[in-house]
Amino acid sequence: MSLEQFMNEAISPWLKDDGPDSDIVMSSRVRLARNFEDTPFPLIAEEEQMDNILSFFKNEFNHQSYNQYKDFEFVRMADLNSTEKQVLVEKHLISPHLADKSKYGASLISKNEQVSIMVNEEDHIRAQLYFPGFQLEKALQEAFELDDWLETKINYAFDENRGYLTSCPTNVGTGLRASVMMHLPALALTRKINRMLPAINQLGLVVRGIYGEGSEAIGNIFQISNQITLGRSEEDIIEDLKGVVEKLIEHERHARTILLDQSSLELEDRVFRSYGILQHSRIIESKETAKCLSDVRLGIDLGFINNISKSILNELVVLTQPAFLQQYAKKMLTPNERDVFRASLIRERFTMEQKEEY
Amino acid sequence: MECQECHQNPATVHFAQVINGEKSEIHVCQQCAKDKGYVSQEEDAYSLHNLLSGLFNTGSNTMQQQSLRKQEETLQCDKCGMTYQQFARLGKFGCASCYHTFADHLNPLFRKVHSGNTLHEGKVPKRAGSNIYQRKKLRDLKVKLQQAIADEAFEDAAQIRDQIKSVEKSLHREEEGEDS
Repeated sequence: MSLEQFMNEAISPWLKDDGPDSDIVMSSRVRLARNFEDTPFPLIAEEEQMDNILSFFKNEFNHQSYNQYKDFEFVRMADLNSTEKQVLVEKHLISPHLADKSKYGASLISKNEQVSIMVNEEDHIRAQLYFPGFQLEKALQEAFELDDWLETKINYAFDENRGYLTSCPTNVGTGLRASVMMHLPALALTRKINRMLPAINQLGLVVRGIYGEGSEAIGNIFQISNQITLGRSEEDIIEDLKGVVEKLIEHERHARTILLDQSSLELEDRVFRSYGILQHSRIIESKETAKCLSDVRLGIDLGFINNISKSILNELVVLTQPAFLQQYAKKMLTPNERDVFRASLIRERFTMEQKEEY
Repeated sequence: MECQECHQNPATVHFAQVINGEKSEIHVCQQCAKDKGYVSQEEDAYSLHNLLSGLFNTGSNTMQQQSLRKQEETLQCDKCGMTYQQFARLGKFGCASCYHTFADHLNPLFRKVHSGNTLHEGKVPKRAGSNIYQRKKLRDLKVKLQQAIADEAFEDAAQIRDQIKSVEKSLHREEEGEDS
């Protein structure tokens, strides 16, 4: 059953494929915010109205499929315990906001976890699509198709002048939030990133940590997304973001080359020390884990390490998060227990990978 | 670093606490900081909606602005009951109709949030009918026509005028079709 799969496998099936520029861009995401025409937004909607929307989604879309996205599973937040909800957050299948709004929140998740449609979040509908690597245009094209599919059964709140009407004025117009998750260790190591962030902000884009608004950039992973949704077409918004991401890729590659030229041995030392910590530590905190995973990922990209695949790093990024650890341990863990459990899980995962080699 | 209270979320609030001369460091997440009373509700002052609600105050004192502000005191959405005051405080709309009810007051806000833009330029839902699409095209062409005239590019202007006529014709046809 899918729900079990969502909970048990750390890495979403779509993330197992390598996308374009995946040495730097981990994933691309497009999200569209939409609302029903005649129902107040979830912020103030009455319980019955939210319940109607839930029933509508359950009846119309549960176990449906469109295009290549098969078998949407309708998951009600009220049916999950807090660890299960947190697991979905850690996999980016739902937002922390939806996890909080337990009673009338739900998500329609495709079997390969590439598409998730959040229901009764800040807006009635938040449809999001993920692609591995740098594939913003493809993500937009398929988001449009998904939108058209939903629209066959839903009258959207839309105004000729203001576009798609959303609860928050920051989403009105296209309702589009496009973002890429980037691994920028060389720009972080050389501190160039600090100089680039203000410029990126000036271009109407925003840089955040891995779990969105308010989170810090752990493990040198940065999320870059558009801020403006009104007055520009979806294609233009994507084009602007794409341009900046291309520049960042170029700068990151350049910084990596310089690091390799000027301090290859120091870099190699750093990579293998981190690799050693991950393989052998008995107690490890999440922050150190993120740092070491970033070093090892860089080590793979630079060719220092070639006996492990990058996909297990993606897996470990998610697997070593607090809720996933608890889900895996099948019990609540104290912080100290979690650090011990985390260390043993990472060791186990690396050993498994090495066995698969032979 | 994770929150030392709930051990679920990353710690985002860090501070030192001195009780009876003993200093201890506190690392908690936003929610626990609020729940445990480490921060007052005022910490929300930096949240997005509070920053947004700050944008409502235009600071201008022209007659027009004053009359708009007077209206704001009584403005209320028929559909969902949200008042303009509530909207300004929450920074969020209650329903689609709020956009129409508060229409006269929204441009300054949108301009600030969306880099000077107030009008949608993107996708149009298919259900909304093709005439919204056509009307948008008509609007764009009229802007283009004005620009061409201002640039004294009269040949271009003539072409644009013809395009406008043809769009108007097909719009008219569609509207008649809808009536019948």
